Amino acid sequence: MMTAPTLPDERVLMKGNEAIAEAAIQAGCDAYFGYPITPQAELLEWMARRMPELGRAFVQAESELGAITMALGASAAGARVLASSSSPGMSLMAEAMSYMAGSELPVLVVNVMRGGPGLGSIGPAQSDYFQATKGHGHGDYRVPVLAPSSIAEAIALVADGFDLAERYRTPVILLADGILGQAMEPVDPHFRSLPPRHDDWSLSGADGRPPRVVRSLHLRPEDLEVHNDHLGAKYREIAAHEVRWVGERLDDAEIAVVAYGTAARVARTAIARARDAGLAVGLVRPISLWPFPSAVLARLAARLRALVVVELSAGQMVEDVRLAVEGQAPVFFHGRTGGMVPAPDEVLGVIRRAWAITADREVTP
Amino acid sequence: MTLIRDDRRASRPSTEPAPERLVYRRPDLLSDVSTHYCPGCGHGIVHRLLAEVLGDLGLGPRTIAVAPVGCAVFAYDYLRLDFVEAPHGRAPAVATGVRRVRPDAFVLAYQGDGDLAAIGTAEIVHAAARGEAITVIFVNNGIYGMTGGQMAPTTLLGQRTTSTPGGREARTAGYPLPITEMLALLPGVGYAARGSIADPSSVGKTKAMIRRACEIQVAERAFAIVEVLSTCPIGWGMTPREAARHLVDDVPATYPLGVIVDRFRDPAPAASTPR
Repeated sequence: MMTAPTLPDERVLMKGNEAIAEAAIQAGCDAYFGYPITPQAELLEWMARRMPELGRAFVQAESELGAITMALGASAAGARVLASSSSPGMSLMAEAMSYMAGSELPVLVVNVMRGGPGLGSIGPAQSDYFQATKGHGHGDYRVPVLAPSSIAEAIALVADGFDLAERYRTPVILLADGILGQAMEPVDPHFRSLPPRHDDWSLSGADGRPPRVVRSLHLRPEDLEVHNDHLGAKYREIAAHEVRWVGERLDDAEIAVVAYGTAARVARTAIARARDAGLAVGLVRPISLWPFPSAVLARLAARLRALVVVELSAGQMVEDVRLAVEGQAPVFFHGRTGGMVPAPDEVLGVIRRAWAITADREVTP
Repeated sequence: MTLIRDDRRASRPSTEPAPERLVYRRPDLLSDVSTHYCPGCGHGIVHRLLAEVLGDLGLGPRTIAVAPVGCAVFAYDYLRLDFVEAPHGRAPAVATGVRRVRPDAFVLAYQGDGDLAAIGTAEIVHAAARGEAITVIFVNNGIYGMTGGQMAPTTLLGQRTTSTPGGREARTAGYPLPITEMLALLPGVGYAARGSIADPSSVGKTKAMIRRACEIQVAERAFAIVEVLSTCPIGWGMTPREAARHLVDDVPATYPLGVIVDRFRDPAPAASTPR
């Protein structure tokens, strides 16, 4: 009897931007709208080639304002929609993000972050954390934010992002950075696919049913408050059920490094070197930046001697860490900006300093 | 359902008029409610024309319409159609998104002049340049009505508004924007016309333009726009009667009425590139 042949390693080498684009296609993305901007242009280019050959919608818009409002229209009309940009373009998308949150329209928006403020640089950065997690546009709303730390994870989070967006009727941001967009990594080419989008509210023409209106305007304050309360209840539901994070080497850790995305990969190397030097250090890697894994950090902080936050920013996520920790343990920060990426030994230096400063703190690993 | 009947035969015993005696009825696509529009505002007339044309062409059940920001955002309260709101000026981009994923839909964008000709210039120009198969109804009353009567890009020279209290001066505030003529230059534009709601005769002509702009989307899959010169008596500081008079006497000098381009009847108009 023949045994099944052993399959060779079928992994393929893919660039982050292209992998995200193909993951969206495999997940059943019906329409893509974008505008060229470095370092995410390959995502748009991939879609420009692939979407028309599949008979799906692709438009290179006149601006990010145009792209994101095309996404709004396509989502209102029932399509599974992807839009993508990088930091300066995300600022332009803030307007429609607010409208889509208010109108409860599902859409997945990829931000391949670059250095800011202003035109900034085209190097990798995590300086749009505030923008992504604290609302982005005007009004009382939240947007789930998913932050991959590898290209394989970015692929998985694309399908998860569509799923979240459609289950909760909300925009979702996939927050990557220039390294994740530009680097190539081996990935399993079998991406997750989702069943077609289905709902009972999107627009198809009022044929044999009453007309439907997709709106964010509620002119009477009484009505808008009811609507905002409804959104608030939805956000509490998301916060209760959609927190994602990964812990590494935390069992005996006395110091936890908190980092996401590319910064977490640098931190992982620094932690390995710290372990080699005999320091008990672990990693908390938030994947959902909103909802933020605050409860996890609060629990850990009670038994840690310190936390070290590493970001490619001047210090943004560190504010959420401090809020979560509530003074139970000291929080140290190391960040590089402008497109600079910290070297593992820089992070190791901060870990060593935190270790030394907190030498007489009682800890119960 | 509102029926205004010809009651010259009111003495007839039957209460039902013979069908041929029916001279006016509310179109099915127009809701039986009062509008919030000010006395003398033209939006109600434009809404009715749209309801009549879409009804005549049988397009209501497959229309997806885009509502603007401004007084006409509430178009969805009056027109019995599927509607999505657009951010200010972005209706053509929203309509593009709808168009690209709903090939069988009839896609309509309704915009005012601040919306289309100021904050939304990029969106309207590029939707037209792409030749999106959408129909745009562009209501031009030369002013920002909802926010209290400020200058629009379309405001006439010399016109007093709350932001041009001494009258619009070209030196500081520039010139009125003839955006429909500008759009008509683009080969992707199948039809561009300017009508008015100033009097019954112009209303009739405007209805024919709207009908043509709808037919072109369906038959030719092309971009079509009808600019409708309209009134804003409150914003203009006039009575409804004065506003109607102003619309007849003064506005067309800056915004001439008529078909600017119809590429499927006259494929190479003098002022534009052949398709």
